[in-house]
Amino acid sequence: MKNRKLMSGNEAIARGAYECGVRFASGYPGTPSTEIMESFARYPGVYAEWCPNEKVGLECAIGAALAGTKAMAVMKHVGVNVAADPLFTVSYTGTNGALVIITADDPSLHSSQNEQDNRNYAKFAKIPMLEPADSAEAYAFIKIAFALSAQFDTPVFLRTTTRVSHSKSIVEIADPLPVEDTTQIRFNAPKYVMVPAMARLRRIEVEKRMQALRAFAETFPENRAEINRTDVGVITAGIPYHYAKDVFPDYSYLKLGMVHPIPEKAIRDFADRIDRLFVIEELDPFLEEQIRAMGIPVTGKDAFPYTNEFDPGVVERAMRTDPVEDPAYVPPVVPPRPPNLCPGCPHRGLFYVLGKLKVFAAGDIGCYTLSFMKPLEGLHACICMGASIGMAHGMSKALGEKGKGKVVGVIGDSTFIHSGITPLLNAAYNRSDCVFIICDNRTTAMTGMQEHPATGFTLQGQSAKALDFERLAEALGIDQVRVIDPYDIRQTRAVIREELARSGPSLIVSRRACALFRRAAGPPQKPLRVDPGKCIGCRTCLGLGCPPISWRKFSDQAPDQIVKNTKKQDGNAVIDPQLCNGCTVCQQLCKAGAIVAGEE
Amino acid sequence: MSKPKDRATGEKSVRSILMAGVGGQGILRASDILCEVMIRTGLDVKKSEVHGMAQRGGCVTSHVRYGTCVHSPIAKKGDVGILIAFEKMEALRYLDYLRAEGIAIVNDTEIYPPAVNLGEARYPDDILTLLPLPPASVKMVRAQEMGVRAGNPRTENIVLLGVLSRYLTLEPSVWDEILKVSFPAKLVDANLTAFHLGRVA
Repeated sequence: MKNRKLMSGNEAIARGAYECGVRFASGYPGTPSTEIMESFARYPGVYAEWCPNEKVGLECAIGAALAGTKAMAVMKHVGVNVAADPLFTVSYTGTNGALVIITADDPSLHSSQNEQDNRNYAKFAKIPMLEPADSAEAYAFIKIAFALSAQFDTPVFLRTTTRVSHSKSIVEIADPLPVEDTTQIRFNAPKYVMVPAMARLRRIEVEKRMQALRAFAETFPENRAEINRTDVGVITAGIPYHYAKDVFPDYSYLKLGMVHPIPEKAIRDFADRIDRLFVIEELDPFLEEQIRAMGIPVTGKDAFPYTNEFDPGVVERAMRTDPVEDPAYVPPVVPPRPPNLCPGCPHRGLFYVLGKLKVFAAGDIGCYTLSFMKPLEGLHACICMGASIGMAHGMSKALGEKGKGKVVGVIGDSTFIHSGITPLLNAAYNRSDCVFIICDNRTTAMTGMQEHPATGFTLQGQSAKALDFERLAEALGIDQVRVIDPYDIRQTRAVIREELARSGPSLIVSRRACALFRRAAGPPQKPLRVDPGKCIGCRTCLGLGCPPISWRKFSDQAPDQIVKNTKKQDGNAVIDPQLCNGCTVCQQLCKAGAIVAGEE
Repeated sequence: MSKPKDRATGEKSVRSILMAGVGGQGILRASDILCEVMIRTGLDVKKSEVHGMAQRGGCVTSHVRYGTCVHSPIAKKGDVGILIAFEKMEALRYLDYLRAEGIAIVNDTEIYPPAVNLGEARYPDDILTLLPLPPASVKMVRAQEMGVRAGNPRTENIVLLGVLSRYLTLEPSVWDEILKVSFPAKLVDANLTAFHLGRVA
């Protein structure tokens, strides 16, 4: 009983890895994968580190595996794009110890810029992939993944989706296995030096390995047939299995624990017993195409959506032949509640200024990406981690004279370290005319305050030498480096204008800690309030889109409450003292001096 | 006195509760505690929520499903027995998840979304009249006020758990036991008080 724990899929992966003797993990934070590293790092005797990006993370894990240990590289789906270069070749070398790469995919793009299906990477890179459907399987499958990696001398993928990573269910945990020290230096150039002559030979080994894995898949117990009613059968993997079981418990199932390679004979045997076969999978028709190629007719994407994650309702609607009754109520339309920059967010002042300056701000991945929305509208593109600097540079080169003083590249501190350094070097070397801005909030805020090389601490809490952005930029060849405080609107506006007017590349470090990051930001200041005796109803403060500030129409106020200071005024601003953190940005913008400190 | 009927039941062996509100209201903590109580009672339980971007003032939901054997961690629309809206307007947004005979526990708190703050959209005037439920199926709660009475306004989420506990056949002693281990020592009393204020509300 005491070993039955409520765990998220991410916590379960960390626990399973710890129990089976994994002592090395590296990665970069990214929703929905982040908690795997955070949770693993807390177990005794393990080594875990945040790396600048996923490529470095994977390379470190490859090295650790090469030294003979069990190593885990952890990333979100788009992180695998960054790590793809080492990925495709470590498939050739295999591992000396064991290597598992965790890819956390994000169907429905809850927190991502795209919806790629990373099962394709398994096929593309010729690496086996396991896919758990809940926390108990996540816990069990990570152990299997490490065992397979050692047995077949191959990196192994473990794929989760947001719904598996972030759902919680019961896991029966066990004591960790005793860990033997298996590390040592082994020289084996033909296996680990991938020059053409040797890679050609390893290439053959990869195909032999995939043959062996195909045979293994046929008897792998986690490729599980559940024979019930045989008029309808389902082939599925991962969380869609549970959605389908929820609404159709009586059908027969072939539930694949391994999605690459697939067990062809087991699939044929299952199909032979079933009258009508469905393949249920989110995103790409990954299994469906392979099963169709075997000559087996199935219903798949002709009934199920390509996009977004499923739920039991989606599965029910796609599979039922009789009409599904509509939910009892159709909810009325209510105002949307999009994610927003927090009260006192340091990004707000910076992007307010950028929006007003009407420059094109090539943006990047982070909380500040939200600044594209009304009312700030201070960010105008977002592609991937680190893209802003190269995009701004390319745009300004293409625009030539027309782009002078009109293009900026904006990037977060963690994102800059992730993959903004090489494009900044490029911009310096190729004589860019852009202004680049690092939104330095002293942490990896969006994923929940992870450390990075400029915070001065490691994942496991050791102090480290913090990267100095200003000195780095100088070393890269940036002519002009300025530091501003985005809580100071006048300075922020003045410095950006000066730098836009100059030719040559310049870097502005907009430095102010994330308002939620207490270690660096300290406690919030006293809330401000609007003095209705002074508010002229100009709505300038509302242009910040700060959650505590709202507009109160006179028509909604009691007549004896209304204080009208100008003829055309039809309402006034109010500040919710529960939410305001006293950053003073709105106060600086208020020409009427109506935003004041202190009690009424 | 007969035990209160478990309103999340319906006729099914797996039941669903949906919590909905705004980032920062303590929904994830509340649903964690609910799950722990269910596990201690011997039930199978799964819960699901999405974190990440949604924290930044966006909508937050947590599905809790429990019974003898739970498959999906998320409920389908029209299948939730109890909807707990931590913020009033969110009751309307997620109403289509509720069963026809389900109940809604609604916290009488308004948090304005950006469009309302900017004066571009109206906050719905009278949510009670918009809820197409029989009056007996709607429980309005002033959870923030009760949290203040319990000694800490941030116990609003636990007040709502207390209200919820009236509709579930889970032993009150198990709730107390789990609540006691869910908070640092100095916050336990306020949370226990909040829970019991909610339970008798």
